[in-house]
Amino acid sequence: MGYLEDIGTYFLMLKRTFSSFTKGSVLRELIFKEIDDLIIGSLGIVGFIGFFVGGVITLQTALNLTNPLIPKTLIGFATRQSIMLEFAPTFISIIMAGKVGSFITSSIGSMRVTEQIDALEVMGINSLNYLVFPKIIAMLMFPFLIAIAMFLGMTGGLLAGVYGGFVSMDEFVMGLQQDFIPFHLAYAFIKTFIFAFILATVPSWHGYYMKGGALEVGKASTKSFVWTSVLIILANYIITQMLLS
Amino acid sequence: MIEVENIKKRFGDQEVLKGISTIFEKGKTNLIIGQSGSGKSVMLKCLIGLFKPEGGRILFDGKSIQDMNDEQQRVLREEIGMLFQGGALFDSMTIEENVMFPLRMFTNQKKSEMIDRVNEVLSRVNLEGNNKKFPAEISGGMQKRVSIARAIVNRPKYLFCDEPNSGLDPKTATVIDNLIQEITHEFDITTVVVTHDMNSVMEIGERINFLKNGLLVWKGTQEDIFKTDNKDVTDFVYSSDLFKKIRAVQNK
Repeated sequence: MGYLEDIGTYFLMLKRTFSSFTKGSVLRELIFKEIDDLIIGSLGIVGFIGFFVGGVITLQTALNLTNPLIPKTLIGFATRQSIMLEFAPTFISIIMAGKVGSFITSSIGSMRVTEQIDALEVMGINSLNYLVFPKIIAMLMFPFLIAIAMFLGMTGGLLAGVYGGFVSMDEFVMGLQQDFIPFHLAYAFIKTFIFAFILATVPSWHGYYMKGGALEVGKASTKSFVWTSVLIILANYIITQMLLS
Repeated sequence: MIEVENIKKRFGDQEVLKGISTIFEKGKTNLIIGQSGSGKSVMLKCLIGLFKPEGGRILFDGKSIQDMNDEQQRVLREEIGMLFQGGALFDSMTIEENVMFPLRMFTNQKKSEMIDRVNEVLSRVNLEGNNKKFPAEISGGMQKRVSIARAIVNRPKYLFCDEPNSGLDPKTATVIDNLIQEITHEFDITTVVVTHDMNSVMEIGERINFLKNGLLVWKGTQEDIFKTDNKDVTDFVYSSDLFKKIRAVQNK
């Protein structure tokens, strides 16, 4: 019953988030602030992880291709497919559930504990629209982060492959272009948008409806990370089943 | 003026407010006092709309909040100022931004006009020159004063204060009490203060409502409370040694 109630409050939260809109000029500022906090603030970690994991994927692929009959272009091909289909959209989203999700839960949870949300409500402001809507809009920029992760992942792979002496630059680039199916890119970005929505709303729900004090804010952040990750993995499976099978 | 007619509120099996009726007068500081768990904070939250009572009516200048639609309630809330127990200032904003917040949300004033008004109210609460500080950089008493400034910046008709003196030293508490009373008289607003601090009763209790176990057991003025024979009230008022000694002197 508890889970059903939680699901119910989640959808009621979404309904209220998209009603009684905050004044436009204030909302615009909030959206830019959220883009700065959630997207621009994540560029460094996403770029770093993307670059080095791309390199590791290339090394792992190269080290496992011992059969001389298999063309070296497969290293670039496998790197591209791994990064584009799974690593960038899903793996980075899980990392963002830790970074951005915890930030959202703890910031909204702290506002709940210190009565700042009550203060908004008493003033006649729809606190859900004020707090959650700008995060949802800011997270529409999430595919931009994923695109950067894809680019840096393939760049990392190329540098690791070429400078590690496993593949030539021409072979790797040829592999990157080999059998490219544009719909795979569309699939990656479709699921990125859905993950972005989960990343903005599930941690917000955990923060907004938490009860207790500072300790509970920490617990809510942990629960938020776990549930956001679970939902991303489940959504990933369902979307893949629907779009690729 | 706020009229409360037979409001009831329960949480699960526990009936917290058991049908309270009273009037909070305009231009006066109306106190709700009582021991912890008496229902005073719940009553305040019903008044400001954070809790929905299961029964009864709350009338703001004759208009029932229960009969208002969402938009009417939103407009009413623009006329409400609230001082929360912990201040409830927005951590990420400076003092100036905190106080300016209601103006930004509900008016179309130019920034220079808003800053003038912010400086005016900050000066009213003796906090001029602290505009660019963040809430974490000022003391608890200053935070309460900023919270008062934010509550009055949009010229509210109703001011609600939840335990305004909690966590403050007696001298700062008196400053806050006096400020609340001065503002109430100056702007002729309806002020409701929830407290269990007898010093506040002494300082600003123009109209006092005493709650016990979810019931309004006594109401009267500051003068009345020290003369009443109501046992619940006398037990509460004379629970501290200081007031026991005062009573002993009075009885001599």
